[in-house]
Amino acid sequence: MAQPLVHERGRLLARQESKGWLFVAPFLAVFALLFLAPIGYALYLSLFREQTFFGGNVFVGLGNYADALSDAKLLEAAARVLVFFVIQVPLMLVLALLAALAIDSARLHAAGMFRLVIFLPYAVPGVVAVLMWGYLYGDKFGLAGDLNNLLGTALHPLSGSWMLPAIANIVTWEFVGYNMLVFYSALRTIPEELYEAAAIDGAGPIRIARAIKLPALRGALVIVTIFSIIGTFQLFNEPNILRSLAPNEITTFYTPNMYAYNLSFAGQEFSYSATVAIIMGVLTAAIAYVLQLRGSREAL
Amino acid sequence: MKPRKSPLLTGVMAIFLIYTLVPLVWLLISATKTQDDLVSTAGWELGDTFALFSNVRETLTYRDGIFLRWVGNTLLYVVLGAGGATALATAAGYGLAKYRFRGRRAVFALLLGSIAVPGTALAVPTFLMFSSMGLTNTIWAIVVPSLVSPFGLYLIWIYATEAVPQELLEAARIDGAGEIRIFTTVALRLLAPGIVTVLLFGVVGVWNNYFLPLIMLSEPDLYPLTVGLSQWSKQAAGVGADPIYNLVITGSLLTIVPLIIVFFLLQRYWQSGLTAGGVKQ
Repeated sequence: MAQPLVHERGRLLARQESKGWLFVAPFLAVFALLFLAPIGYALYLSLFREQTFFGGNVFVGLGNYADALSDAKLLEAAARVLVFFVIQVPLMLVLALLAALAIDSARLHAAGMFRLVIFLPYAVPGVVAVLMWGYLYGDKFGLAGDLNNLLGTALHPLSGSWMLPAIANIVTWEFVGYNMLVFYSALRTIPEELYEAAAIDGAGPIRIARAIKLPALRGALVIVTIFSIIGTFQLFNEPNILRSLAPNEITTFYTPNMYAYNLSFAGQEFSYSATVAIIMGVLTAAIAYVLQLRGSREAL
Repeated sequence: MKPRKSPLLTGVMAIFLIYTLVPLVWLLISATKTQDDLVSTAGWELGDTFALFSNVRETLTYRDGIFLRWVGNTLLYVVLGAGGATALATAAGYGLAKYRFRGRRAVFALLLGSIAVPGTALAVPTFLMFSSMGLTNTIWAIVVPSLVSPFGLYLIWIYATEAVPQELLEAARIDGAGEIRIFTTVALRLLAPGIVTVLLFGVVGVWNNYFLPLIMLSEPDLYPLTVGLSQWSKQAAGVGADPIYNLVITGSLLTIVPLIIVFFLLQRYWQSGLTAGGVKQ
């Protein structure tokens, strides 16, 4: 009886093999249309230049790339998001991590309520978040104005060097809860026995956090850092909407993404816009890739 | 073994909570004020007139009720976009988790790579592509790009690995059930918490999307809430402005309330889906 059963099993597996594509194919078809095709099209566009006076497209090879890499506007915008990334992302992730550890610690009153409320801003559209904070920052009917009246201070979050921290605050407010929840989910997967064993060995809460919890969070940390890199380098909504409140502070090339947008939709420079987008895409993907490699090597 | 609750820790976290709530409470208070009270009273005070209901009425009827039109558009984009994305991600995630077929590793590499590709690199070329196909300024310009969710696929994949036992699938095969039938009758039920999680994040993604509709749509009748609200806000500023701050604020409140309600109602469900999704991390 054993022989036919094994045979049957082999046939089932072979049939299974081809059926897997059935489930994956629809996704891949849409993926090809919306991921691979635009990337290919952008690469193609970036090799040409629109002629303003004579019309038509001219093949320029890597000319657009050479221009972009020495474009002061692009360099300024890229430097700005880099500064933003170096300061805002670590701050936000440390805050999220501490909150996740606190909520997971079983020493917090009403932990479930904290978890849900701190996550709430994620459900708020970026546009609404910027509108709210934009009003709060303003001195017309915002809290900044109220505080200035009440305390005699002179807060103007929407002016000068305060603009970037003001944007960083909005982004932190929007995403700290989401990151907290990813960390928290990873913490929930640590088996209870591990804690009990550590407690029997005499480990205190700080030691448990360092020896058990932080290593367990490494994978989650890689994921949220990659998403944060992508988010930062794509920064658009916040500065673009704040621009209507502070047009003199926020230029049309405040971030690389705003630059690419304005090149396309205000300047009709589609080829150059595609070039800028590709450069930023390659830069982001390279950083994300290195991070992923390092993260997974250490996790193994 | 249960540790004691710490008032100090709770106090510190309460500060965090206040930071989270300040803008939302401000929005709630401000939505009850008339335009005059907004300017003349402090952000944390109530106005002289309680104008919440008249603000809501005015928001819904301003310019022949364009706001309601935007609500309808947003719902349409959410149902088609997030619904479709969830369906595609669920089938593909299940397929990758439960079948060993040739090319599976290539698909995996492709997806990992695509998660690192920023939308910036895609938005403008996607616009140009759609424009040459005559799809810009139609609902498809919003719905179709929303259909791909590599992260949703990733979540379902991890979730299916954990939640759908291979033995169950083999038992069903021996009983003579086809692969599609096994998927719809056995697997879908087991995958439900994972699907709800992906659906919810998809809904938030489409509901909150701003960049895509901003570049794809020029017809205000097709706008979703986000683009509509930002147009109202711009209209309040510029030269020859027609300030409608009270409508921008009330409209913002009306935009976030449905999502917050959905999150609260489905809380238990999506959080369990997310936790299971974190297993293999």
